[in-house]
This record gives sequence, C-alpha cells and structure tokens, in this order.
Amino acid sequence: MTQAPKAVHEIQDDLPGPRAELAGGAAVRLESGERLGPVHVAYQTWGTLNEARDNTVLICHALTGDQYAFGIHPVTGKTGWWESMVGPGKPIDTDRYYVICPNCLGGCMGTTGPAAVNPATGELYGTSFPIITIGDMVHVQAMLLDHLGIEKVMCVIGGSMGAMQVLDWVARYPDRVVSAVPIAGAARHSAQNIAFHEVGRQAIMADPNWCGGFYYREGKRPEKGLSVARMAAHITYLSEPALWRKFGRELQNRYMKSYEGFGADFQVESYLRHQGASFVERFDANAYLYITRAMDYFDLEADHGGDLAKAWQGTRARFLLTSFTSDWLFPTSESKEVVHALIRAGVNVSFVEIESDKGHDAFLLDEPDLFETTSGFLDSVARSLGF
Amino acid sequence: MSLLLGARDRFILGDNRFGLRPDLALVASMIEPESRLLDVGCGDGALLDYLVRELSCDGRGVEISQAGVNACVARGLPAVQGDADRHLADYPDDSFDCVILSQTLQAVSKPREVLRQMMRIADTAIVSILNYGHISARVSLVTRGRMPHTRILSEPWFESSAIRPCTVRDFMDLVRIEKLATGTCYGIAKKREVTVIRPGFEGQANLFAEQAVFEVLRPRKRRSR
Repeated sequence: MTQAPKAVHEIQDDLPGPRAELAGGAAVRLESGERLGPVHVAYQTWGTLNEARDNTVLICHALTGDQYAFGIHPVTGKTGWWESMVGPGKPIDTDRYYVICPNCLGGCMGTTGPAAVNPATGELYGTSFPIITIGDMVHVQAMLLDHLGIEKVMCVIGGSMGAMQVLDWVARYPDRVVSAVPIAGAARHSAQNIAFHEVGRQAIMADPNWCGGFYYREGKRPEKGLSVARMAAHITYLSEPALWRKFGRELQNRYMKSYEGFGADFQVESYLRHQGASFVERFDANAYLYITRAMDYFDLEADHGGDLAKAWQGTRARFLLTSFTSDWLFPTSESKEVVHALIRAGVNVSFVEIESDKGHDAFLLDEPDLFETTSGFLDSVARSLGF
Repeated sequence: MSLLLGARDRFILGDNRFGLRPDLALVASMIEPESRLLDVGCGDGALLDYLVRELSCDGRGVEISQAGVNACVARGLPAVQGDADRHLADYPDDSFDCVILSQTLQAVSKPREVLRQMMRIADTAIVSILNYGHISARVSLVTRGRMPHTRILSEPWFESSAIRPCTVRDFMDLVRIEKLATGTCYGIAKKREVTVIRPGFEGQANLFAEQAVFEVLRPRKRRSR
C-alpha cells in the first residue's frame, strides 16, 4: 500500500517558484477593516521584463486555479491550466511579454490563506483567517507589482474569478493598467452562482472531518465534502451539450445497468467522482470556502453607488471582453452589461462572443476564436506601446 | 449636367494601395486625421483599419455580425457587437468627432432615431446610402412592376438588408426635417464616378447617382474644406 499523498497545507511551503513578502512584512488592511500580515505571495513569471518595464501581462487565475498557468504543475504533474494561451508564440506570448501569475490571496499554493501559519498563534489560520474580497486579492497583486518594481502593466487578463479581478483592477488602479481582458466574467456574482457556491460550502462544512475549519491540527481533511463541492461546481463549468457529447448515457465499464446500489454506473458519474477525487489533492477546503465567499461578495455596481459606469469613469485603459455562447455560469448577458457600462463611461471597449458548446470552461480550452482575438488585441496594445 | 458642374466637381475614384472599396475610399477622404471616430456597421473593419493605421484616428467599430466583430478584434481594432437601432443610446454626448454609417441607415428599423443619436454623440456624421431614385431603379420599377433590380440594387426584396429603401431626395428631406445641415456630399455612379452634390441640385444626383455619401452636420455649423 502506498502512503497517502500529503495534504496541500503540508506542502505549500515547499512548492517551486518565488514567494514575496509584501510591504516588508507589514500588515495589509483588508476591505473588512481587519488587518492581515505578514502577507506572502507565491507567483510564477515567464519571459523577460523589457527596459521600459512596460511589457508586463498580469494573469489573474480563477477560483481553483493557481500560479502554474504554464509549465508542469508541481502537485498534479500535468501541464499548466492555461498552456493553450500562454507560452512562446501563444496569444500571451512569453517571447514578447513578461508574464506574471500570482497565486491569489486566500489561495493554498504558497500565498497567504487559511492554510498558512498565523504568526500570532504559530498555528495554521483555519477559520480564524479573516474574510477576504476580490478587492483584497487585487490590492495584494498591486503590492506584488510594487515589490517587483513594476508601476504599470500592459495587460491584466483572466477568466471567471480572474475576470472579476481584472474588472476590479481597472476600477482601483486605472492608471496602472494599459489594457484589460476579462474573459467569461461579470461585474457581480449572480444569485444563482451564490446559490451554487453555498451548496459547495455546505458540503465541506457538513463533512465531520472539517472540524469547524481546524482540521489541520486534528490531522484530518474534509476530502468528501470538498470533493462533492467540486463535483457540483464542475457541472456548472460545463454545458448539457458538452456533457452529452462526452458521455451521453454511456455506462462505465459495463454493458448494462448494474442494479447493484450506487456505484458509478454511468460514465458521467465516474468522471465527476474523478474530478472530485483529484481536486482534493491540490486544493484546501478552507481556501475553497474563503475564495467562493470573496466571489459572492463581489458587486462592482453596488460599490459604485448603483452605477456600474462609475467604476471605470475616466480610465484610459482599453478593454476586451469575451464570453461564450454556452456559458450559463457567466453568460454573455453579464459581459454585455459590463460593455454597456464601459461605453457609457466613454471607455475604449471591444467585445467578442464566441460560439462554443463547451460552457464556462471554454476559456481554458482550445478555442481558436479566443486565441485569434486575444492575440490581435494584445498585439495592438503592444504596438501602441512601441514594441 | 456638365453645364452646371465644373470639372473639379467630378472625378474618378482610382484603385488605392490599401485595397479599400471605392465608396469606402471616398468616405475615408472625408475624415480628418486623428479624429475620434465611431464606425457603425464596420463589417470586418476594412475602413476602420485604414482610418486607424493611416490617419491615426482613435477609431472604434460597431457591427451587427459577431463574425465581423471577431475579425476586427483579431486584426487589433476595437469593436463591439451591436445593432445601430439600440446600441447608440449608450454613448455619452459628444464622445466622438464623427460617426460613420456606411450603407447601414437603410438596414435599421428607425433611421430617424439613429440619425438623432449619431448627431448627439458627434457633431458630424458621414452617411452613405444606396440611391433608389437612380434612373435605372425607376425604369426597372415602372417597366417590370417589381421592386428595382439594377446593377447596384441586385438583391431581391426578400433578401435585401435594406428594409428602409430611400432616395437621395428622401434623405435630404430627413436632414431638413431634423433641422440638420449638410456639408460635402457626393453621388457615385458605376462605383467610381463621383459627382459633388450641390445644394439645391439634388435632383440630378437623385437621377444619376447609384450611391451617395453625405456629410451631415449639426445646425449652424458648416465645415469649410
């Protein structure tokens, strides 16, 4: 029998890649009013910062993403989550741009989060970690750029929760961003999306191994709960046509229905179980709680007195928004609301809707239209900067 | 005609090295370099590309077909999907120097409202139309008893995107009803033969121009050229 793989919170200090201590270890003020510190950010970079220091592309990852957008993932051994988009000659061309992808605040791949050590107690934070927001994540990314001596980025890009961060980035730091590419995102989390997140959180908290969030000290892991949360969420990332195309009603390793209880008769069941099981190896349950909460709290419209246009009034940053026809988690209508607000704010905006049956996950997959439009947009931004 | 119009009022549109369609080249010649532009109905961005790259304009496109928008963005041009009827209301007043509407006015359901919106967001509009008053269209309608079928009006009525066919005179009437003014206006025949439309002499253009391009201005403002 092989030894059980280590939990994420046990390996996060030993992951490859740089890790910055922000503001010399001083506490960071969060939107909630709480102070958190010191804050560490683990990140990856590719490419070379040019002399003018203006060729940086900042990638914001999604809920369950991390800094390993490109290259082999140290935990899973698989290729990076955005290998299709990032790399030499790819739309986010590492031969041309200096690409930074930090693990978000609250994450579990080396950036400070609930699975990090609380210096006040010497124990892992667990649920004593303060509630964080998308704005806090963005604030911390801006501090990372300060740390790296980068004043302005040529592009902030990201899908899903990454898109929320992109939208927030320009609202917060309009002068530090030349262009913004939010993909399959929204300016606020919908009621339906909050509802799905709540199902996931309840699954985690209902797992007896969760121990009120202090499972680390008990040597336990709420794997069942986290895996159910992942399974439920994973359905929302796909679409009925995509599921049907992939699995239909095909049975798993059998010719007929088993009539034997509740094993994985159907391929789609087996697939979801696999998704759940592999997810718990690389993700921390508390991080999942905190990050989903941050997404649920996100509402740029409410933050700007009910007028979304005010979020970006006066910015000179150029935007490219992208949505996918079969995405029902962050549907086209959400992107269009942002587009209308940007137009009202007089901002230079492009909007592309891509025909795809792959659902929300399409932004991570092979979508030639996504690559062509993103690459054309980034190229024109680079040329406007003179490189 | 030649008695009324001097030589400088007539010219031929040659081929251009940018591969622009002749009527778009004419529109392009009416645009000030470095101006802020909105090209409504920008298609795959052929005109916009020229205006942005060659005239250094801050140009943005609106296009009804998503394929057209994607093509624009892939070539580095800002564009959004939208139809002129509903989309223009979002733009702030005076957010552009000029709005271009090439062969799109006849494809919208509320041309008058679209014209009003254009003149709200910019003080100048360049509008091009197909002229249903051209002599061949008239002859076609009268002799065949069917909607005009001519060299330029070549699509059957049930395929044509022109849901609001109009003539040069019709458009000039709309400009007057809206208390707007016209600047430089051209009639185009055989795709390349351009004639300046002189105020008060629209009748000739209405008979002999297959296409027309109008510079529409807010009242009391006439640009000298």
